[in-house]
Amino acid sequence: MQAVTVDHIVKKYGSKKETVTALDDVSLEVAKGELFGVIGPDGAGKTSLFRILTTLLLADAGNAAVDGFDVVKQYKEIRNRIGYMPGKFSLYQDLSVEENLRFFATIFNTSIEENYDLIKEIYFQLEPFKTRRAGKLSGGMKQKLALCCALIHRPVVLFLDEPTTGVDAVSRKEFWEMLRNLKKQGISILVSTPYMDEAELCDRVALIQSGKIMSIDSPQSIIKQFTKKMWSVRSAEMFRLLNDLQQYSNTEKCYAFGEFHHLVLKNDAEGMDPVMHYLEHLSHHEIEMQVTQPNIEDCFIELMSQ
Amino acid sequence: MKQFLIFVQKEFYHIFRDRKSLLIIILMPIVQIILFGFALTNEIKDSDIAILDESKDVATVEIIHRLDASRYFNVARYLHSQADIEAAFKTGKIRLVVVFQNKFRENLLHANHAQVQLLADATDPNTATTVTNYATSIIRDYQNDLTANAPLPYQIEPQVRMLYNPQLKGAYTFVPGVMAMILIIISAMMTSVSIVREKEINTMEVLLVSPLKPLLFILSKAIPYMFLSLVNVSTILVVSVTLLEVPINGSLLLLMGEALLFITTAVSLGLMISNVTNSQQTAQMISLLGLMLPTLLLGGFMFPIESMPKPLQFMSNIVPSKWFFIIVKDVMIKGLGFKMIWKETLILFGMTLFFLTISFSKFKIRLA
Repeated sequence: MQAVTVDHIVKKYGSKKETVTALDDVSLEVAKGELFGVIGPDGAGKTSLFRILTTLLLADAGNAAVDGFDVVKQYKEIRNRIGYMPGKFSLYQDLSVEENLRFFATIFNTSIEENYDLIKEIYFQLEPFKTRRAGKLSGGMKQKLALCCALIHRPVVLFLDEPTTGVDAVSRKEFWEMLRNLKKQGISILVSTPYMDEAELCDRVALIQSGKIMSIDSPQSIIKQFTKKMWSVRSAEMFRLLNDLQQYSNTEKCYAFGEFHHLVLKNDAEGMDPVMHYLEHLSHHEIEMQVTQPNIEDCFIELMSQ
Repeated sequence: MKQFLIFVQKEFYHIFRDRKSLLIIILMPIVQIILFGFALTNEIKDSDIAILDESKDVATVEIIHRLDASRYFNVARYLHSQADIEAAFKTGKIRLVVVFQNKFRENLLHANHAQVQLLADATDPNTATTVTNYATSIIRDYQNDLTANAPLPYQIEPQVRMLYNPQLKGAYTFVPGVMAMILIIISAMMTSVSIVREKEINTMEVLLVSPLKPLLFILSKAIPYMFLSLVNVSTILVVSVTLLEVPINGSLLLLMGEALLFITTAVSLGLMISNVTNSQQTAQMISLLGLMLPTLLLGGFMFPIESMPKPLQFMSNIVPSKWFFIIVKDVMIKGLGFKMIWKETLILFGMTLFFLTISFSKFKIRLA
């Protein structure tokens, strides 16, 4: 039995005249104990998918099940065994760290003591501030507390909707380490994020765009599907370089990527020499060009343009 | 049970940690009672009047003295000619001018007929009527005293007694009125706002995705505010008994029981409001406009329902405050027992049941 199965789910919003399709025939499966990422830009349908799976929304078509229970008919069963951390989850600002945690533990029919080992690693960082009001915590601390609250009842499946949005880079890294540790405890985790770099930390990812799933695979396989050579190019005048490369006859695609421009050629056989000549002819200097390993973001851009 | 207790505890944390709101909730009844008791009164007290006495004899001096001595009037100035009258009214302070004709006493004793003119500032018609009534009755008193020794052959003397409220104190109507208003605002608004806040800060999503039963959620939201409202009832009663000298003539237990019923009505209205709103501001606006206005306008304590047009009279029946107002007046002022108010109680109970059923059945177990 899978932790999560999604079968041809469709979700539409709006009136009859004007409908927006948030999820368009989405199907996926998450295995038990898997750390599964749903990656996509804002408005791709991630939150809708999470809300359907957490029994908060009804789909217009299709079926879904969590831990073997149907999200519509057996929603009560699901609510007993999942953990959910919504996007923009802000806890109770006027309650202290400990009061928040104790409240959610009791609501889920358990106690902090009973499942302390599960949250120990995360909570020990918060313990020095346990009498502080949640509203006075930093963003990263808040997310950790929210994760503790979602975990305290030892859920079978954990749903995290954009848990790292608005959190600093160091806290993000720590957060993902925590998720990997939780995975070791046998908890299946579904996490959504708009950040491509986080995709590589998942076992498998689903790339989602405008309500459609473009690819579901392990990050490594998705990268392997990228068969063309990826070049990274830089010069002294980056902006002019981007324009020039986009106008080059053999360019299939070129876009800014960090301190380089990523370039894909229509015909890989030609190699880098003609490109170099072209650029030198346009009096670019300090040109650097080398083959680079495509990452998941490149694959996403590739998939988007198909 | 544990779930319920911790939820109620959490609600009390919210209430007590928001000091400003708590202060408003506790002080609002006291301020309202004092405002209605001392400032917003429609009783006539110490109205300034002016006198134009063209006679200046024993009779007019006696009448003027009686007017001045009454607690309704205060003789502010004496006028010297007809022309002064207009000027006196223009100051805006004079509510009534009493004009005695020349040779007042002479006419009274010898022609058996004397005239006194009462000129009232009728820009405020209610006050004008009341003021002239008071003045007329004082003058009539004087006449009666004059003729006391030589009774007229036929005389009808109406004996008027103001029952339940012999001093015609306004407090007797507005204490029940303010009680109805405060309870409906605090209970309904606080309950709806506290539920809608959970939606606003997204904790509602987590509470929905938890084993917490909707009934338990609603109960734990309602009970803290019901408790707070009972505290308010007590403050209102203490203030009205001590400061305004309005007695509790009926059973205190019955009064508190009826208050609890009305609080439940208000809380169930709050639950209904929270079902249809998603922002705290909207919930507040609906509670204020949708509940406070009908209470003020159709509750019967500001404007008598009997003198409204029929459609409005009919509409007033669906305002819960109207029934509570009647109950409190009957129990508190008239000292009646349950036997006399069972009908009103039953209506209120029915309404509560109706609102509760709707809010339970409409409670959303999902987001949309």
